[in-house]
Amino acid sequence: MITAVELGLIYAVMAIGVYLTFRILDFPDLTVDGSFTTGASVAAVGLINGMNPLLATVLAFFAGTIAGIVTGLLHTKGNINPLLAGILTQIGLYSINLRIMGRANVPLLRETTLFTPLRDAGLTGTWVSVAVLLAVAVAILLVVIWFLHTDTGLAMRATGDNPDMIRSFGVNTDNQKLLGLALSNGLVALSGAMIAQFQGFADIGMGIGLIVAGLASVIIGQALLGRSGIAIAASAVVLGSIMYRVVIQLALMAGLNPNDMKLISAILVVLALVLPQWKGFARMGGVMRNRFAAAAESSALQKED
Amino acid sequence: MLRIENVGKTFAPGTVNQRVALRDITLHLSPGEFVTVIGSNGAGKSTLLNVVAGTYRADTGTITIDGRNVTKLNDHQRARYIGRVFQNPASGTAPHMSIEENLAMALERGQRRALKLGVTKAKRERFAEELTALEQGLDTRLKDWVSLLSGGQRQALSLLMATFSEPKILLLDEHTAALDPQRAALVSRLTTEVVDRFGLTTLMVTHNMEQALRMGTRLIMMHEGGIVLDLDQARKDRMTVQDLLREFGRVKGSALDDTLLQ
Repeated sequence: MITAVELGLIYAVMAIGVYLTFRILDFPDLTVDGSFTTGASVAAVGLINGMNPLLATVLAFFAGTIAGIVTGLLHTKGNINPLLAGILTQIGLYSINLRIMGRANVPLLRETTLFTPLRDAGLTGTWVSVAVLLAVAVAILLVVIWFLHTDTGLAMRATGDNPDMIRSFGVNTDNQKLLGLALSNGLVALSGAMIAQFQGFADIGMGIGLIVAGLASVIIGQALLGRSGIAIAASAVVLGSIMYRVVIQLALMAGLNPNDMKLISAILVVLALVLPQWKGFARMGGVMRNRFAAAAESSALQKED
Repeated sequence: MLRIENVGKTFAPGTVNQRVALRDITLHLSPGEFVTVIGSNGAGKSTLLNVVAGTYRADTGTITIDGRNVTKLNDHQRARYIGRVFQNPASGTAPHMSIEENLAMALERGQRRALKLGVTKAKRERFAEELTALEQGLDTRLKDWVSLLSGGQRQALSLLMATFSEPKILLLDEHTAALDPQRAALVSRLTTEVVDRFGLTTLMVTHNMEQALRMGTRLIMMHEGGIVLDLDQARKDRMTVQDLLREFGRVKGSALDDTLLQ
């Protein structure tokens, strides 16, 4: 179960990326399935060539931003529908990822990765590694929350909320979409690089259907915590990602086959989308949200004291 | 301040749906002038505003703002010179962002947006002050989402956002038409106040003849893409709604005669 939490925290970085496009830009970006694997491939190839793990991971981030920019250009300059633009990039990336790796699977078991120090100390699968990964996820979360409150971040949010309005205040919404897609896919690729190092291999199929996991995290989290305010909405994504991995783990423990997981993911997303429309659930969700808000308020008060 | 020279605009040219929206329009606004624009549906009023704002590109002619030729600029490039309030109260604000965030975005009109925090303490104080002047009780609701506001409150906020960064030109596109009479009166009053306060050069489209006569320093009437009547302050002051209607009928009649003659 601890492994599920660890995975949830690493995938949370991907989910924050999905949140940026899906919620902030209102752009359903399917590049994710490809750019996640791109991140993993770039990091893996870097590592087997003896690159510093941190550098390889940073490189993976930038490879992801390029993938995001390609989708953005297809949409803004090529006037291609957002869904189609993402799918086109995703399909193209499949071949590019194979080119990067040179084969369908790159094992990393003997390489020094970001997780080698934890693994050598025998701390993977313990709460220590959960704490380390939590710190990483929270740091990225805080940077994203801060960014969304800067002048540029406000313009990006308005681009998703009311593009005509923000254009009338002098913002080029095309550029905002490009920036958002680059940032989002950078985070997705970063997550892919971390997963490859965590599980000890990069695989051409590791990103398939991942957008569903990302959406599930965004939707589950927001069904639990609500969407009021950027800080809560973005934090909800991290919680959603952990919840999602825990549910998958429970399904596996209940005797379901790993091959059933894609179906479970799809059903989870459908449930998270449909259940909140059901009145009884809305009441339940309301109670949970109120409880959380009360808890947040009291902890804020304590801090002020 | 605003010079519109020989501007023409045709939609769907060369097709069966071809429609001439603006015919060779020439209109000069001196600094601080407040022009109200009236005319029937399809007269080209909104097209005129959209061509000035850059939403549509003019087919012919030039548009100059404060000496700068903006004819070839996009809407977001012209936005640094132009403040705009739309007819739909939902158009001028971002609903899922707070009042203070909306104001912070408006304050940055036409500036390069960097990674500075959007809402600071100093800005928040200024926003509260500006909002107090609206008398809508918004000064204590800075952190509320704009989607929680009523149509009238939203339009008052849009007006503030469009004007308080002191653009060269203010464009008002039937901005009181979607409001109930009481709210419309309030937004009209706020409009006059804010235009006076900043001395804004303003172009206001309206369907309401009484409003067109009461507000502004000059009135123009449009018909079939052309300006058919241009009244300065003195002549406007002598006009009544009845006079305008008579004028309107006369223009329509003569237009009809023209077509018959062809």
